[in-house]
Amino acid sequence: MTDDDQSFDAHRCPNGHLSYPGHTRCPDCGEKQTETVDLADRTATVVTWTTSNATPPGVREPNHLAIVEFDVDGEAVRALGQLTTADDVDIGDEVEPVYAEELREPGVGIREPDSQEWDGYRFEPV
Amino acid sequence: MNRVAIVGASMTEFGDRDAWVRELLAEAGDACLDDAGVAGDELDHLYVSNMASGEFEGQTGVPNALAHDLNAIGAYTARIDQTSSSGGAGIYAAWQSVASGASDLTMLVGGEKMTHRSTGEATDVIASLTHPVEYKHGVTLPSFAGLTARKYLDEYDAPRESLGKVAVKNHRNGVDNPHAQFRKEVDLETVLDSPVVADPLRLYDFCPITDGSAALLFCPEDVASEYTDDYVVVSGIGGATDTHVVHEREDPTTMGGVVDSSEIAYEMAGLGPDDVDVAELHDMFTILEFLQSEDLGFFEKGEGWKAIEDGVTDRDGELPINTSGGLKSKGHPLGASGVAQAYEIYQQLLGDAGPRQVECEVGLACNVGGFGNCVTTTILEQP
Repeated sequence: MTDDDQSFDAHRCPNGHLSYPGHTRCPDCGEKQTETVDLADRTATVVTWTTSNATPPGVREPNHLAIVEFDVDGEAVRALGQLTTADDVDIGDEVEPVYAEELREPGVGIREPDSQEWDGYRFEPV
Repeated sequence: MNRVAIVGASMTEFGDRDAWVRELLAEAGDACLDDAGVAGDELDHLYVSNMASGEFEGQTGVPNALAHDLNAIGAYTARIDQTSSSGGAGIYAAWQSVASGASDLTMLVGGEKMTHRSTGEATDVIASLTHPVEYKHGVTLPSFAGLTARKYLDEYDAPRESLGKVAVKNHRNGVDNPHAQFRKEVDLETVLDSPVVADPLRLYDFCPITDGSAALLFCPEDVASEYTDDYVVVSGIGGATDTHVVHEREDPTTMGGVVDSSEIAYEMAGLGPDDVDVAELHDMFTILEFLQSEDLGFFEKGEGWKAIEDGVTDRDGELPINTSGGLKSKGHPLGASGVAQAYEIYQQLLGDAGPRQVECEVGLACNVGGFGNCVTTTILEQP
């Protein structure tokens, strides 16, 4: 995958609601989602986090995870993702997305490797 | 719409069993037929609650296999998969079949065979219910529990110890349940010193991986006395979903599916949370007992933790929760769990719970799939 293909897309409906990931119809109002907003160059706030020690096959251990919230022109949108580190991370801290080519090893777990993407963004404390 | 009665019930020993899924289902099904004194060929409908027999064992088509093994050939059968809430969803399907008049006698058998898989493999089968954007990050159901527990403790200023006390209580209750996987008390220190699984939660905050099966027999209430004098009535039932993607919920400490399904069940029963005398909640993780007890309306939001501190949910408390030992000590064979919750309430209402017996006329079971992704709430009453 080239740099040009990398994006972290939230999806927006005509009423301005955002969701990540996208859905066929907006979870807020039911309109069809029509545009995307790239979150890759924005910062987010940690809503909560954990360090998971009992990880499934093909997943790093320990696996630091966070739910974060982006503010896109006053509209909130959340994402879950791995943290690059759990050192000094706490609720309310600011993080930024960092691209990773492979978040877990495809084909080792039960999910069909071709059924989804395996690259994405980790969150790094700012 | 027929009012629906439960006229028979059974459950197998939960734990690390040698039996495979077909055998587990047949064991509970056979015992349930015996309990009610009916033959397999009297069943109009036969449902099997099961999440993943194909993924765990390579055995699909389990309702058909069970119908053959119980001599229920000719019955209408279906497998009900709603992940961890398959049992509750099965109760809904069985209730619907009798309430609608489509069936005069329906058996539901829930079961799962899991322990032959490693913890990592079993965790991955369960985590396969997540959205691709969740799955690629290696998220597991225990990690959702860790994320939610941290938020809950922070938001409501609850002490970490309160979560540990849920484990202590449910293990204490499980000692008196002959079907439970763990019949052993644990002290708070052991819980709080156990290995970290998903920070801030530790090993004893989580239910085990379990094999087992449970069954219930349903018929219209107006013919229940033809089978037995001791039966209970399904007076309210509701099912609801929340978001599939967990982080998209506005409040991570509220389970919308619990709120919505219980509102439907309360309305059908003409009851409210204050009328419930005993409840079985889906304590797959200790934090879930707090969330459900609040979202069912037993306690105010953010105050569920105080109930355990005050002993309200103990067996001799005002509202005993998880007298069976809960998923925590009884075990969690996915498809069986919701059925086994109702089995405990059935026993309590009939006065058959032995040393676990509490005074009750109305009981509630809340069965949660995913991380609150889909929920069934069932209210059972004495006739």
